[in-house]
Amino acid sequence: MKKQKRTTEPPFLPLLAWRNIWRNKRRTLITLLSVFMAVLLSSLMISIQQGAWNAMIANLLNTYTGYIQIHRKGYNDNPSVNLSFQASQELIRKIESHPKVQIALPRLESFALASTENLSRGVLVLGINPEAENAITNLTARISKGKYFAEGEKSALLSDSLAAHLQLQPGDTIVLLSQGYHGMSAAGKYSIAGLVHFPSPDINRNLVLLPLKTAQEFYGTGNRITSLALFLDSDSDVEKTAKTLQNQVDTSQYEVLSWTQTMPELVQARDVDTAGAILMLAVLYVIVSFGIFGTLIMMVRERIYEMGVLIAIGMKRYLLGIMFWLEITFIGLLGAILGMIASFPVVYYFHQHPINMTQLSSDATAIYERFGFEPIFPASMDPNIFVQQALFIFLITSIMALYPFWTLKKLKVMEAMKS
Amino acid sequence: MSLIETRQLTKTYNPETVPVHALRGVDLCIEKGEFTAIVGPSGSGKTTLLNIIGGLDKPSSGQVLINQTDIAQLSENQLIDFRRDHIGFVFQAYNLIPVLTARENVSFIMLLQKRPAAERKARAMELLEAVGIAEKADVRPIYLSGGQQQRVAVARALASRPDFVLADEPTANLDSVATKRLLDIMARLNEEEGMTFIFSTHDQRVIDRARRIIRLEDGKITQDETP
Ligand SMILES: Nc1ncnc2c1ncn2[C@@H]1O[C@H](COP(=O)(O)OP(=O)(O)OP(=O)(O)O)[C@@H](O)[C@H]1O
Ligand SMILES: [Mg+2]
Repeated sequence: MKKQKRTTEPPFLPLLAWRNIWRNKRRTLITLLSVFMAVLLSSLMISIQQGAWNAMIANLLNTYTGYIQIHRKGYNDNPSVNLSFQASQELIRKIESHPKVQIALPRLESFALASTENLSRGVLVLGINPEAENAITNLTARISKGKYFAEGEKSALLSDSLAAHLQLQPGDTIVLLSQGYHGMSAAGKYSIAGLVHFPSPDINRNLVLLPLKTAQEFYGTGNRITSLALFLDSDSDVEKTAKTLQNQVDTSQYEVLSWTQTMPELVQARDVDTAGAILMLAVLYVIVSFGIFGTLIMMVRERIYEMGVLIAIGMKRYLLGIMFWLEITFIGLLGAILGMIASFPVVYYFHQHPINMTQLSSDATAIYERFGFEPIFPASMDPNIFVQQALFIFLITSIMALYPFWTLKKLKVMEAMKS
Repeated sequence: MSLIETRQLTKTYNPETVPVHALRGVDLCIEKGEFTAIVGPSGSGKTTLLNIIGGLDKPSSGQVLINQTDIAQLSENQLIDFRRDHIGFVFQAYNLIPVLTARENVSFIMLLQKRPAAERKARAMELLEAVGIAEKADVRPIYLSGGQQQRVAVARALASRPDFVLADEPTANLDSVATKRLLDIMARLNEEEGMTFIFSTHDQRVIDRARRIIRLEDGKITQDETP
């Protein structure tokens, strides 16, 4: 027990509130359980939802796009090899000197028509520096068939579902046709060194990788590139880094864009999905709130007589109001904290054992793949998620706990004591 | 200068719809140290009178002066504090807070008065001893008999050191043994400590113990005797 303090508020209210909530054990336990389940379910739901997006975005960023891209100004709105540029050593050095930037990979990216004897398909051609690219995105590990290529080779790597579509195997050849630098026509024949698997199904269906020099030859760009893909330390603030870099390059010539700017449709899809999840949570919380409110009403109703006695003998109404507020808040907080504690192992389980949608529903799988990500969801372990749910419940209960104040304000001692 | 003075008290319930004239002009003076019973048939206005004197209800007209304070002049919150500090209440039943022990129930009102912990503790035990229930100090009300509960209620009523105690049919739910015991305690507190008690009752055995009997009939005092 704490020592008696000289406060203006008598410290007995929490004690009184605590004892009061156990007057009806069953009801309190049911209310606790509903709060508990709400926090557990919502934490789990948000964790999985966020986890899926985080995993998907991280996959995409780490294996393909990088976190930030630097282009010739205007390229993002109008991607074309005509807007390629020569990346000077000085520019690259300047960018890589930023403490958060691991590496800036030069790339030449454009579209082409890929054809075999019988089949053809529009593809994305990406010229990369084989060694540097592999060091950061670990492409060799994702070779599913065949082998990696080296700079200068006239060979290509195909994403594996593209290869399957075109019915190609390592050792076969592929013909690429496109429009090159300033209207030149581009054509080339490349032997397939290997097949690569990309976690993003969208990319996995479309990508042809060429060694950078080979790609530059194909498009006739000389030693120009279309982008520098920047890979950052995983914990860095991408937007902030993009801002600082912007101040370091000549923005009349270059654009520095974070992934949220180069892929706004991805941000939008995430926001829409999040809004949907939040709507579902809102419904859940409305249901739980009704439950809590019902308990609160009963708690107040059945103690009208007692309130009358207490006011009669000299207890101020607001003290009684605080007492009820504490009671319902205790229940809410206790349920929320227990829910939070229970969420950890459950979410941790789904963090370690991602939900694999492909095993659950092929429809859902198709939808997720359309957005370009693997339908495998590891739950996010972000502690903010749990704390937010608990805070939200606390907020709801606190607001509802204003109801007794209103009842008490109207309460007539004489009538209360007749009940 | 009387402890309690009522002047031409009237009380009409439902004046707009079905008026019930519960009090029709009650003039009454009660002095310090009295042990007074308010008696009368059911519906004669006993409860109404006690509630108005206790500041729990407002008269339709007339005045209540307690130690010269016109309680109608007090705001709602001042009135609550006034009751806490000047009036002890004992109701017919269910006086006590169920989640507090007997001792805590008695201490509670002193907590509301922000009395120091040591004083609360000592006085609560002292009062529980005075009403003969010290051995049940740490028991919650449901484990006490009706008579024991009423004795704790008397202890609580005295805990705040009030000017007087109002008790509306305090023995209504008690058997004769418990009734006698409660009255013995109240009478002793009245004699030894000079505590003023005003109680209403139907019970002849209780009436016999009173030192002043005020008879109400149809909202009027018809008899006021000091046997
Ligand atoms: N809240 C109320 N509304 C309307 N009428 C009331 C109210 N309270 C009391 N009355 C009426 O006022 C009159 C006096 O009631 P009161 O309770 O003061 O009598 P009492 O002497 O205490 O009776 P009893 O011995 O039965 O307790 C009765 O006719 C009763 O019906
Ligand atoms: Mg009565």
